[in-house]
Amino acid sequence: MTDVIIPVETSVGHAPPIVTVDHVSHGHEEHGPSGILKWLTSTDHKVIGMSYMITSLVLFYVAGIMALILRLQLTSPNGAVVSFQQYNELFTMHGSLMLYLFAGPFAFGGLANYIVPLQVGAPDMAFPRLNALSYWLYLTGSITMMLGFLVAGGAADFGWVGYAPLSNATNSPGAGGDIWIMALILTGFSAIFTGVNLVATIFYLRAPGMTMFRMPIFTWNMLVTGILILIAFPVLTSALIMLFCDRHFGTHIFSVQGGGSPILWQNLFWFFGHPEVYILALPYFGIVTEVLPVFSKKPVFGYKGMVFATMAIAALSTGVWAHHMFTTGLVLLPFFSLLSLLIAVPTGIKFFNWIGTMWRGQLSFTTPMLFCIGFLCAFLMGGVTGVMLAAPPIDFFTHDTYFVVAHFHQVLFGTAVFAGFAGLYYWYPKMFGRMLSDKLGKWHFWLMFIGFWVTFMPQYEVGLLGMPRRVASYPSNLGWQIYNQISTVGAFIIAISFAILLWNLWISWRRPVLAGDNPWDAHTLEWFTSSPPPHHNYTHLPPIRSERPTWDYNHPEAPSIVGHGEGKRLKKEGAGVA
Amino acid sequence: MRIEALFLIGVGIFFGIVGAVYWFTSYEDGGTMMLAGTCLLGLLPGSYYLFWHRRMGNRLEDRDDATIEEGAGVINSFPGSSIWPFVLGMGAFMTVLAFAFGIWFIFPAVGLILTALVGVTAESRRGGHV
Repeated sequence: MTDVIIPVETSVGHAPPIVTVDHVSHGHEEHGPSGILKWLTSTDHKVIGMSYMITSLVLFYVAGIMALILRLQLTSPNGAVVSFQQYNELFTMHGSLMLYLFAGPFAFGGLANYIVPLQVGAPDMAFPRLNALSYWLYLTGSITMMLGFLVAGGAADFGWVGYAPLSNATNSPGAGGDIWIMALILTGFSAIFTGVNLVATIFYLRAPGMTMFRMPIFTWNMLVTGILILIAFPVLTSALIMLFCDRHFGTHIFSVQGGGSPILWQNLFWFFGHPEVYILALPYFGIVTEVLPVFSKKPVFGYKGMVFATMAIAALSTGVWAHHMFTTGLVLLPFFSLLSLLIAVPTGIKFFNWIGTMWRGQLSFTTPMLFCIGFLCAFLMGGVTGVMLAAPPIDFFTHDTYFVVAHFHQVLFGTAVFAGFAGLYYWYPKMFGRMLSDKLGKWHFWLMFIGFWVTFMPQYEVGLLGMPRRVASYPSNLGWQIYNQISTVGAFIIAISFAILLWNLWISWRRPVLAGDNPWDAHTLEWFTSSPPPHHNYTHLPPIRSERPTWDYNHPEAPSIVGHGEGKRLKKEGAGVA
Repeated sequence: MRIEALFLIGVGIFFGIVGAVYWFTSYEDGGTMMLAGTCLLGLLPGSYYLFWHRRMGNRLEDRDDATIEEGAGVINSFPGSSIWPFVLGMGAFMTVLAFAFGIWFIFPAVGLILTALVGVTAESRRGGHV
């Protein structure tokens, strides 16, 4: 165990050193295991965050390869790349890997784990061993999920939503479904533990002066995401346990024959599933809100508006679950339609503030900035079609068609992939102390941006023409083939862009260009420490007097943009506030 | 801790109102129960934080004018490393494999989980490394 101590004596003016005192080594550097044992035993949030990111990126590439196979199958009306059974397994696992094992864990397990303690000036997460346990549950859950391909009967094949009665033991016999359920129970507990850790870290381990309204927006978004996780994931985990009981222990919770209700599964699943979309989106909104000010050389426009918009989005997202169930005819249409449409208001505020942040700024179009602009375009399109789908008459017409697939992918690709890569390029220098190539990054961006539109825009059209989702073949006389072919070309353009990212990582590894502590002249606290940060993160801290402590410290000549509480105090005292 | 408390109480109040509106417009019990649970998830810790805020007053991280120097002293104790989360994770892994593949997995699972629980408890008392 190591006590993290701030000594009374200060040696560097406003930046007193933080020393760590090891109970065993009496003040010497942390002596832990090395090599593979270090990875197995580490409770350092940076090592755990890095492990999360690497694991989730590997799964992202695996799920991406599955998507390419799916697209190849649909290139011709009677594609024979895979059998119908294999097609069902592939789209189920593609969705499950992307949603449960990549997009969420990359953000709240990876980036948040690494960045949040740094941003609030904490030496680690509040519960380091629980944090390590979260990762091991996530890793073993991911392995369990992939084990499905190795069992007789194949992996789960009932879609990532696992609708009852399709997912019961009669319609989906075999170990594949059980493995899917068990994998999600493990990763569900992992997410819940991470949520607890994030909330506790943000509530209890902030540095002196780091008030709630001085926290970076990324940290705010991770706090709200943590609360959403605690609301949503226990419902999923308990629903999965009920489903398992239906499959094996003779209960009839979701079975009409036994007096149960399949609609209950949909209610439980979507009470998790819709907040889950925002669990996947809010961290990425946070990344964009960190990157845009830095490359616009301005503070965030409308800081408090951003915070309250995040809260409003999260709150509303928990009351809209049944808009996925409009066509069941068993839900309260006006209630869920109204709340769904209302989400557009705080989301619009966020767009307004992002544009306001860039407005008249000194924009520099580095790779992270380009990915953020790509996110704005992609998410806007996905968001607008989401507003359309919130209207029941349109939803009745397009439900279960490729229109929904296109909307869903534009929302999640826009957030988890565009904004996720913005975060990766932005924080990579902090994590590794070396830069990624900006030139290769731009190739990566432009190919992905073009591939994105080429892939998903035709899916809107083919959806409006009536093509249903989750089909492995389709009639050849309905004019759907050309749209599917264009979409497949787009998917391969995206795949090339991902190969460029791997090349970029390889170049950075083999021929490192050193980054320094703050290569972007960024604002928030994590850029004050070394790259990569030392054990327990900080040797000293700057005074925290605004949302931008590192900027304030590095630019004492610049007019100070103070925090809201500070602003009020200074105004009361009659001091000038720029 | 006032903002934190109000944040959570706000969650509780919002879902209390939404839950009431939902119940009286739909009479659907599943969704209402989940909204009621969410309301409690906000109200219970929120009230607890508010109670402690009133007793403790503002902490250093709640004050605009707090300096780093004022925070001098021990922040907390953090484990440098620990093998027990890994062992416990493997125990959980074996447990789910028992449900999916065969009940015999439960034996190594119980062994690993008990070892990890004893190990992590002893490690916390000892205050040392692995």
